[in-house]
Amino acid sequence: MNSKHILSAFDEDLESIQARISKMGGLVELAILDSIKSLTTRDVELAETVRANDKLVDELEAQILEDTAMVIALRAPTAVDLRVVLTVMKAAGNLERIGDYAKNIAKRTTVLAELVALEEASRGMNRMAREVQLMLKDVLDALVQRDAQLAADIIARDKDVDQMYNSLFREFLTFMMEDPRNISTCMHLHFIAKNIERMGDHVTAIAEEVIYLVTGERLDDPRSKGDITSVDPDLSDLG
Amino acid sequence: MNDMRFVETRVTTNEAKFTAKDVQVYYGDNHAIKDVSIDIEDKTVTAFIGPSGCGKSTFLRCLNRMNDTIDICRVEGDILLDGEDIYDKKVDPVQLRARVGMVFQKPNPFPKSIYDNVAYGPRIHGMARTRADLDEIVEKSLRRAALWDEAKDRLNAPGTGLSGGQQQRLCIARAVATEPEVLLMDEPCSALDPIATSQVEELIADLRTRFSVVIVTHSMQQAARVSQKTAFFHLGDLVEYGDTGHIFTNPEDPRTESYITGRIG
Ligand SMILES: Nc1ncnc2c1ncn2[C@@H]1O[C@H](COP(=O)(O)OP(=O)(O)O)[C@@H](O)[C@H]1O
Ligand SMILES: [Mg+2]
Repeated sequence: MNSKHILSAFDEDLESIQARISKMGGLVELAILDSIKSLTTRDVELAETVRANDKLVDELEAQILEDTAMVIALRAPTAVDLRVVLTVMKAAGNLERIGDYAKNIAKRTTVLAELVALEEASRGMNRMAREVQLMLKDVLDALVQRDAQLAADIIARDKDVDQMYNSLFREFLTFMMEDPRNISTCMHLHFIAKNIERMGDHVTAIAEEVIYLVTGERLDDPRSKGDITSVDPDLSDLG
Repeated sequence: MNDMRFVETRVTTNEAKFTAKDVQVYYGDNHAIKDVSIDIEDKTVTAFIGPSGCGKSTFLRCLNRMNDTIDICRVEGDILLDGEDIYDKKVDPVQLRARVGMVFQKPNPFPKSIYDNVAYGPRIHGMARTRADLDEIVEKSLRRAALWDEAKDRLNAPGTGLSGGQQQRLCIARAVATEPEVLLMDEPCSALDPIATSQVEELIADLRTRFSVVIVTHSMQQAARVSQKTAFFHLGDLVEYGDTGHIFTNPEDPRTESYITGRIG
């Protein structure tokens, strides 16, 4: 089903909204990397850039929503074409949220630059952000290449991100108990870790859409979002 | 995936009104319908779609034996209406066509008054004993066809004097006047403007609360809007048949997908 439409303008429309989502995805990938870099290098200027660039991401989302509404109204897409449009619409929303989280991280950087450094935790955070950014890169590839297998792998990889978050959470608790002067920093870092973990959930949501796009079927057992990620690890065993 | 519309509008019964088994149709040497088997459900709108010449009209005409009127046409296989073979020698095609009505692409009112157009079927089938009975049938049929308000003051005017959309609704009124169990429609809106098309579509939605409607249409959007079941024909084969919501979001066969998405197959 890769053959062209008889009406070539329809192909152009679909290609252009897919090009936009790729561009938006690229900007968001960069936002993830830069936000975490600004955090670990205490680069307030870079943090400022991340916040400014988020406006571009929002604009792209608005454009994509406008484009998809137009395609639905004018071309009445069906079957795989309809699924492309729906997937792009939902992915745009997920990317916008990821961009927001990056912006939020950048905002905290400005505050954290004034506080004590926690090298070890920063490294963990870096790894986690890097993994989410790679997942995002892969999910954008899966979308363009219609690769359901790659999308399924990404969903599996999100479990690793959840685990990284859980161990960071424990680390922060330990730091806070060791020295109450760490509390303020750790609270901020915890919010950041949580933001990155949520980014992973949004990447996973896009991966689920890609599977729908390719197969036409929704996953039978969509990963229940509540199980690991929305409940923070149990405090009792840290006694 | 099921029909995606609201549950309240679903009347689909899953009971087969028509059952066709291994149907072949030939025009001389031209094998126009190849081994088609299909169950058409009661109280359901079924859309037949497919490229021109794929056999939609031919198959539709099998359902009320309109093909009998074409000399070179030969129909094989079984077509059962409520379990009874409509090609059985005992079946009177005229009676059959009262049970299985038909509306054509071009509105074809008789050159008679609006009243007589609608009264025609009930008269020949002896459905009305008195003039009052007949008046009632005519009014009810025109109301069902959403034409009463426009026609009630000019019942004696010629049907051919109505607008295209009104003429088509008159033909529908004529078809429903005999209380059919199934209504066959062959591209009923292709000569109508968008308003008249919407009126006919609204009518179809209303009619199927009482009986089955089978509609041939070249408009994918019309098929999507009015039907609960869609059958895709290609070169005389029934390629795919299923819930309309499913066919339009996730068809199984690449030929169906190519056709409904407007790609070169
Ligand atoms: N009255 C007829 N006499 C001879 N051949 C016919 C007749 N009607 C249709 N055919 C042939 O049967 C095939 C299917 O036609 P038809 O049922 O009209 O297709 P559709 O309605 O899908 O456009 C075509 O090859 C057409 O030429
Ligand atoms: Mg035809």
